[in-house]
Amino acid sequence: MSEHRTAAYVRTDMLPEKAPPVSEMGAIRWLRENLFSGPLNTFLTLAGAFVLYFLLSEAFPWFRNSVWVAASVGECRDIITARWGEGATGACWAIIRDRWNMFMFGFYPRELYWRPTLALGLLLFAAAPVLFSESRRIRMIVLGVMTLFLVLAFPALGVGGLATGLMLLALVAMLVVAWSRPWGLLWLTGIYPGLAVWLLWGGSVWVPVLAMAGFVLAWAAFTATRGRGAIISVGSAVAAALAWWFFAMGPVSQVLDTYLPYAIDAVRSDKFGGFVLALTIGVAGIVLSLPIGVVLALARRSDMLLVKALAVGFIEFIRGVPLISLLFVASLLLNYFLPPGTNFDIILRVIIMVTLFAAAYIAEVVRGGLAALPRGQYEAADSLGLDYWKAQRLVVLPQALKISIPGIVSTFIGMFKDTTLVVFVGLLDPLKGITDSVRASFEWKGAYWEPYIFVGCIFFIFNFAMSRYSMYLERRLKRDHH
Amino acid sequence: MSETQIERKIDRSHMTVSDEVAIQITAMNKWFGTFHVLRDINLTVNRGERIVIAGPSGSGKSTLIRCINRLEEHQSGQIIVDGTELTSDLKNIDKVRSEVGMVFQHFNLFPHLTILENLTLAPIWVRKVPKKEADEVAMYYLEKVKIPEQALKYPGQLSGGQQQRVAIARSLCMKPRIMLFDEPTSALDPEMIKEVLDTMIGLAEDGMTMLVVTHEMGFAQAVANRVIFMDQGQIVEQNEPYEFFNNPQSERTKLFLSQILGH
Repeated sequence: MSEHRTAAYVRTDMLPEKAPPVSEMGAIRWLRENLFSGPLNTFLTLAGAFVLYFLLSEAFPWFRNSVWVAASVGECRDIITARWGEGATGACWAIIRDRWNMFMFGFYPRELYWRPTLALGLLLFAAAPVLFSESRRIRMIVLGVMTLFLVLAFPALGVGGLATGLMLLALVAMLVVAWSRPWGLLWLTGIYPGLAVWLLWGGSVWVPVLAMAGFVLAWAAFTATRGRGAIISVGSAVAAALAWWFFAMGPVSQVLDTYLPYAIDAVRSDKFGGFVLALTIGVAGIVLSLPIGVVLALARRSDMLLVKALAVGFIEFIRGVPLISLLFVASLLLNYFLPPGTNFDIILRVIIMVTLFAAAYIAEVVRGGLAALPRGQYEAADSLGLDYWKAQRLVVLPQALKISIPGIVSTFIGMFKDTTLVVFVGLLDPLKGITDSVRASFEWKGAYWEPYIFVGCIFFIFNFAMSRYSMYLERRLKRDHH
Repeated sequence: MSETQIERKIDRSHMTVSDEVAIQITAMNKWFGTFHVLRDINLTVNRGERIVIAGPSGSGKSTLIRCINRLEEHQSGQIIVDGTELTSDLKNIDKVRSEVGMVFQHFNLFPHLTILENLTLAPIWVRKVPKKEADEVAMYYLEKVKIPEQALKYPGQLSGGQQQRVAIARSLCMKPRIMLFDEPTSALDPEMIKEVLDTMIGLAEDGMTMLVVTHEMGFAQAVANRVIFMDQGQIVEQNEPYEFFNNPQSERTKLFLSQILGH
């Protein structure tokens, strides 16, 4: 039945690879494809170039005519007129130069400027084990830059040579540790929250130490009751910590202060301002809102009706109201509910509100990541006998958080910018609080653009750094094609 | 429905079915909402049995084996696995799951972990095996599925057939007494089916108790000691493979066989 047939075509030799034609390579191809691919695109390119030229040519003289050293806005204008002729306009950056400390520190006592500066420098040392554990090169660059920053800043802030030298020694020692082991500075990560609070607010050393001890106590309670179910061990950990903070901590710190008094100058919260304030609220909010947000996201997907209902109610309520209303609640309403005479720090109250606000958004972002995981991942974890918490920690969250990185970082960036809203509860945020108080002075009345541009640039630097870090993290965690 | 030819000679010296009962399912029913997906299932699996479950799609065969490790919950009747009855008691469920291995159609490897980490995760965190020992066991099973050189790669870098062999090795690292396979070759390109089937045959030769949902009738004929045919949530016919394929009794079975074997 089979009929013998010859193939219609058989290739005898395979073709070698050739280079593409010149018109398909390099700059010419790029220009043609991206800027001049058709009449409409060509028109848009030319129109865009014209708009760009117009904007730059209008703005350029203002920047070119910048004045960096002057004592007042009037002096700035005189200098510009003298140099560039009648009617010329120019930027008066002298306001930034003159009031730099105000923008950075608010009314923080001048002789203590080194404390928030050190807290900021150490922040990256403390974060290194978490953020930069994978790449020694990046870790050393970041920490090296921070060391340089502190060593240059300390003398400028009036710290003596001996103290600066000792600090340099300590930083170099930590650099060596960070060089040899990625997790070497984890102890600093552990104590940093207490250390930063102590550096920023000062006072007795025992308050932050004992407050941190509450976490150790919670951990001890958690491990002691391990194996009796998640609810019991988490509950006893929370109970132990709360009992310690509310009942035991006060008397114990009084006793310690009597027998082992060690304190540095205390700084009240109303002295905070500028970027010290923005960074304090922003960093605390970022660090606290992520774990709370993750727990909320897991709770929202829980099978337990009550847990789920509480999470949904919380998230929807917090997301449904403006941040400012929460801040007003923190500053005004809480006073009515607290016993008279309670000293509940305003910055702490604001941090709590900002944290809850960001946590609600992060919960939704993370829920998206959890939902994006194929069901098979949960089933594989289940079928291997991993219990709920192990499956979440080892299989689900590492993947869900990786998917959620862009959304989480967006939330962080938004939250950091939103710290400027604290101006509405009487705190001196850098954008409006400080700028207004600087412009209220006689010399700098009438300077409009410069403070806003400056503050905007500083915010941009921090936010752009966060954005780049998130892209680096995404690349680092990419697992499909190496 | 492919019929990959099983060419190798199969060593049957360890393929012995003992009298000991591994799985006992009695009068089991399951509903998805109001849909009665499994109807009065009665099934006894002895240790060492190799059972192939066949049937048209939607017949409930995957759901049946997913009930055995409680990925699906049954609503009435009784399932006893290795002497442990599956109820809502989480401890029992985790105990059964750590002794019953499962291989999925889409492999379900953990993409954020290396192959080696995929294999050692459950032994370390569930069985509390020291990491070094878990690594050794993992390498032993990777040798067995013939891809030890891929240990440090990520699942996304492996072919489908390799991923499925890793998934089998991952289950084996928990030293399961029963293995469930849920259409293990259905998502694979034809040239990769054979390597996975070879691995499964090797497992059968070692005497593993296996329940396999598959359309690979060549595998069923060569390895199974019993073929179960399901339709509309019920066990319609079961028999030893030769009789099942050459002398089917029910009309449904005949129709099904003519559809998947005839051309």
